[in-house]
Amino acid sequence: MRVYQFSEQAYFPAWNEHSGSLRVIFPNQKCDPRVAADLFHRYYDEYQAADELGLDIMLNEHHSTATCMSSTVVVGLAVLARATKKARLLVLGYPIGHRPDPLRAAEELSTIDVISRGRLDMGFIKGIPYEVAASNQNPVYLMDRFWEAHDFIIKAMTTHDGPFNWEGEYFHYRQVNVWPRVWQEPHPPVWSTTGSPTQARILGERGYVMATLGTGFGTRKIYDAYRKSYLTKHGKAPGADRFAYLGLVAVAKDRDEAKKRGELIAGYLRTSPIVYPPFRNPPGYMPAEDNARVLRGESPPRTYTKGGRVVSMQNAPIDDLIEAGVLFCGTPDDVYEQITAFCEHCGGMGNLLMMGQAGFLTHAQTIDNFELFARDVYPRLKAYRQPDAEAVAA
Amino acid sequence: MSLAAESAEGSLTVGGARIDLIERGRGKPLLFLHAENGTEPARPVIAELSKHAHVLAPTHPGFGRSDLPKGMRSVDDLSYFYLDMLDQLDLADVTVVGVSFGAWIAAEIAVKSTARLSRLVMANAVGVKVGDRETRDIADIFAVTDPEYLDMVYCDPAAGKRDYKSLPDAEVVAAARAREATARFAWNPYFHNPRLKSRLHRIRIPTLFLWGTHDRMLSEAYGRAYCAMIPGARFETIERAGHFPHEEQPKVFVDRVLAFAGQIEERVA
Repeated sequence: MRVYQFSEQAYFPAWNEHSGSLRVIFPNQKCDPRVAADLFHRYYDEYQAADELGLDIMLNEHHSTATCMSSTVVVGLAVLARATKKARLLVLGYPIGHRPDPLRAAEELSTIDVISRGRLDMGFIKGIPYEVAASNQNPVYLMDRFWEAHDFIIKAMTTHDGPFNWEGEYFHYRQVNVWPRVWQEPHPPVWSTTGSPTQARILGERGYVMATLGTGFGTRKIYDAYRKSYLTKHGKAPGADRFAYLGLVAVAKDRDEAKKRGELIAGYLRTSPIVYPPFRNPPGYMPAEDNARVLRGESPPRTYTKGGRVVSMQNAPIDDLIEAGVLFCGTPDDVYEQITAFCEHCGGMGNLLMMGQAGFLTHAQTIDNFELFARDVYPRLKAYRQPDAEAVAA
Repeated sequence: MSLAAESAEGSLTVGGARIDLIERGRGKPLLFLHAENGTEPARPVIAELSKHAHVLAPTHPGFGRSDLPKGMRSVDDLSYFYLDMLDQLDLADVTVVGVSFGAWIAAEIAVKSTARLSRLVMANAVGVKVGDRETRDIADIFAVTDPEYLDMVYCDPAAGKRDYKSLPDAEVVAAARAREATARFAWNPYFHNPRLKSRLHRIRIPTLFLWGTHDRMLSEAYGRAYCAMIPGARFETIERAGHFPHEEQPKVFVDRVLAFAGQIEERVA
């Protein structure tokens, strides 16, 4: 198993100053750039510590929000491409459907791949609903744009014999010729995220690494949808390395301390959904049939415990979050047991996206969390034998 | 399809795309183009109009149960769709009545060709930008809660309240589809076509702007500025009505449309 350390690089000092929305409409007068600078440097120090401890690194971006200061992920990638030595750099993700210019995205990512000497993992994402307000892209066409941008970027990275022409539905270029050429052949690994079996099937056909977030013990059905289409398309079962899961991780020498850390890291879950309601579901972001259910007041729950109990990610107590596989929390032994039990549930999960820092967790607590994990949990996870892929897919 | 049909709720296929069409009443043809909230809320006014005219009320492509032709993504596309429909039905002397989004479509039709049209009624119309780049002419309906939206577009917000839990499935899906289709056509540029303003001078048929005065999505000043761009267009207000005057004051709305149509006929005679 590989483990990617992830932080949203939150501007947590403003978390208690909002009046109903931490995103989109939360004015940036609540952001002191001096405090923001200190926080950025601290977060990059922590990423460098993760690198030195043998962990990989994940970065993301959100917009107009105190929950995540990384509003342009390529800047973070650039900093870390130079400042780290071994870690793979996963961007999960790059919201390519929102971008006006996928050529620019291809150039940025190719450059990062070269500077990092081939350490880039390239996660393309649709983006959560609130991102639409910032980009003003039409949410109805977001996935169409996403796939055209994807096709374009892959072609731009794999074409080496001079310019090609692209006159698509959304993007037009006549001389596409990306310099520098990507380091990894044929292109950096592609990742994506989803919460739906429909999208999982599409990702399975393509064989991309698929990540889910907050799906807890409902993850298996999404993975199985991927497995089925992967098997059909590729004639073999997908290995555990095709699956990733974002879990909150809080390790400490004793359980009480771990739960204290878990509560601080869960600050991410407590604050992330604080958004003025109109921005939560822009028109066309979901299919009309799903929106009809929303109009009727029926929204399907997302997070379940192993026993099938529904858990609210925003409000659930720590023990429920642990039971739901959203938070891996306790002593190193506890956390190893929880993660491997989760892998068994999934039928194999080879990439843990570890939120080991969030919100009010201090720098010292963060470093201790990383060190305990890297020393007392990670070696055992590397040795852990995933469920047999063929048997699971059969 | 018979133009003399008394009443029919069916469908029509134009260029391979099937749309819902209410066709009702006798007399001169009147094409009713519904607003962004779909056909359902317009049923009373359609019924009232059909007592005096041969009403054709299509459900726009992408709305309700109507197909969305592949590649259709702008109000410009919608206007060509309806021009094709007018040709296909060989209609002449048509009064086009559009409300809000429907009025935008009507304007886009009329700047292209008025050969089959005799007059135009634009109610609380969107479609152009009149202010500077930092002035939001048209309130952002996607950035408000449902109660705020109802308060914005109705004089009496209760008029727009719908209990989705008790409505039939098809109507709930239609409401969801209307919201999606509105975004499809009007998200960006927001509820307008930057090219339309410079083409409005081409509309040389009698035009009436009707304006619900309690509209807080659009200002009356916006409506008057829009009206001034169409040669000879008249502007009339409707009291105790908001953005959808045909819903809140259907009788007044129909009377105004008929009076306008009648005056034109008298003038012509």
